[in-house]
Amino acid sequence: MHLKSKLGGAAAAAVLAFGLSTAAQAQMKVGFVYVGPIGDHGWNYQHHQGLLALKKALGSKVTTTHVEKVAENADATRVITKLASTGHNLIFTTSFGYMNPTNKAAKRFPKVTFEHATGYKRLSPNVSTYSARFYEGRYVVGKIVGKMTKTNTIGYVASFPIPEVIRGINATYLSAKSVNPKIKIKVVWVSTWYDPGKEADAAKTLIDQGADVIMQHTDSPAPLQVAEKRGVYAVGQASDMRNFGKKAHLTAIVNNWAPYYLARTKAVMDGSWKQQDTWHGFKEGMVKMAPYNSAIPAEVVKLAEDTRKGIIAGTIHPFEGEIRDQSGKIRIPAGKRADDGLMAGMNFYVQGVDGTIPK
Amino acid sequence: MSVDWLIPAILTIVTAATPLVFAAVGETVVEKAGVLNLGVEGMMIMGAIAAFATAVSTGSGFLAVIAGAGAGLLLALIFGVLTVYFQSNQVATGLALTIFGLGLSALIGHSYVGKTFEGLAKLDIPGLSDIPVIGPLIFGHDGLVYFSVISVIIVAWFLNRTRAGLLVRAVGENHDAAHSIGYSVTLVRMGAILFGGAMAGVGGAYLSVAYTPLWVENMTAGRGWIALALVVFASWKPWRGFLGAYLFGGITIIQLYAQGMGVEVSAQFLSMLPYLATILVLVVISRDSAKARVNAPACLGKNFHVSV
Repeated sequence: MHLKSKLGGAAAAAVLAFGLSTAAQAQMKVGFVYVGPIGDHGWNYQHHQGLLALKKALGSKVTTTHVEKVAENADATRVITKLASTGHNLIFTTSFGYMNPTNKAAKRFPKVTFEHATGYKRLSPNVSTYSARFYEGRYVVGKIVGKMTKTNTIGYVASFPIPEVIRGINATYLSAKSVNPKIKIKVVWVSTWYDPGKEADAAKTLIDQGADVIMQHTDSPAPLQVAEKRGVYAVGQASDMRNFGKKAHLTAIVNNWAPYYLARTKAVMDGSWKQQDTWHGFKEGMVKMAPYNSAIPAEVVKLAEDTRKGIIAGTIHPFEGEIRDQSGKIRIPAGKRADDGLMAGMNFYVQGVDGTIPK
Repeated sequence: MSVDWLIPAILTIVTAATPLVFAAVGETVVEKAGVLNLGVEGMMIMGAIAAFATAVSTGSGFLAVIAGAGAGLLLALIFGVLTVYFQSNQVATGLALTIFGLGLSALIGHSYVGKTFEGLAKLDIPGLSDIPVIGPLIFGHDGLVYFSVISVIIVAWFLNRTRAGLLVRAVGENHDAAHSIGYSVTLVRMGAILFGGAMAGVGGAYLSVAYTPLWVENMTAGRGWIALALVVFASWKPWRGFLGAYLFGGITIIQLYAQGMGVEVSAQFLSMLPYLATILVLVVISRDSAKARVNAPACLGKNFHVSV
């Protein structure tokens, strides 16, 4: 765990401490807590890109602190409390497991503002939650992989059986199925967000079993690299992973937190911050697509782009009925769209996905 | 059921087991000399970044492996100087070494995130490597895989059949006795620690230039700790450590294949299986407690100081 802070911030704090500050507004201090290393080139890397964008946009008006590799246990409570007690006005906690520590700290520090990513608990008025509609990206990707596969088999490296991941599998399958009725999806659970070796092994397994497009819901570029080596396609996760496999990388679903971080920081600065639950997608720019591989035929790129534009315009919804689960039960009736509650708690595979969700 | 997947599965198992073999065999020698170095994870990750950086800048897999061994050795040197010469606590120093290695590798590796390397070349003997089944299984690996097997043979032979190996064991069993008959406990232990570091470094190098030829922070993901556990459960015998590494790697991969084939067993249970089965098997084959006590180096973890 590394605590890095700009020296300028320390100097500014010292100035404030001596009461010599001439600036009318207090220095804005923003803290970020990451669950893994910035260098994962995935989830944490993208949050850090948000931090960098914030610094670039606001310059000397803001001081940032980030703490990496904070375990989702008592460590998190300690780190969040430390940030809150050292003058940070706004703290972003960027992993699901920080939900309870964040709410605990929020109760203790009512004057500090907290933003928790991917959670749903807002127990004090100074906690907001935010997440991105990654499933929209997976729905666009589904059209591409459904068209690009020759073996009609998608290999899916999955982390943990939580709604977020299950929703991604379902969105991919429904989309791929709509352009390729013969599509099969093979899911392998690796029970980790980050273990390059194991992720690579899972990708090899899936390719050996006939998958010729690899998707992943884990954070390292290892599966993509295996795909490149074995001459099959893959889709990047969280950030543009092109460099790890130029031929294999069809596209990537990119998490773009910068606009949100900027908006919320500004809101705290001008006093307009209010508690809210944010779930943004393509429309607000929180989810983006990386450039499409030139190997994808133009009409498929057009299909993907039309899908993306349709989602933005509201004419397409990834979970539009009729959708049945594996047992054949109708979960979303014809003509209806899944509401956020159903999507946030999705714990079933849609009809056509093989295998069972680990319980 | 087709067995087409069997050969690729075995090849994947070999790559999963090899880094563990290197680290476990190295640590076996260290612990046989009476030193407990918990810094295996840190030495592996330093080996990984040093090897990857070298591979990217020189393009040579051979140099990369040497650099990996060198980095592991350097870190082990720090550990050795602190524990052997300055008498620091081995457990605390080892843990610190791991944290230091993870942090330093992240710092050094910062500019290598996103770079790529072709990966270590596989052995390709015209004729032999093309034989169906046997060709890929025996003649289709990269050089480090063969080296890992050879290192187990050499270490087993060294510890049990040579005078120098006997000396290492003597120092681990009773350092006072070894000292009193005129052997340098300090030198023997330093030698063992450096060897262990170099092997852990090669294990790390295998990860970053052969297993997944890329650099990302913390890419060892706990393999150093697994290697440490293997040493104990294998009751400090190199061959059992080798078996343990393949068992662990094997079950990890087979459970992934089982999932891909739609076997209806909970994924969480399957993820636990490698740990469970490896521990069970190794405990069972080492179940004779009298023998286990004989195998455990009596001076393991104790610092030596000439205080008479």
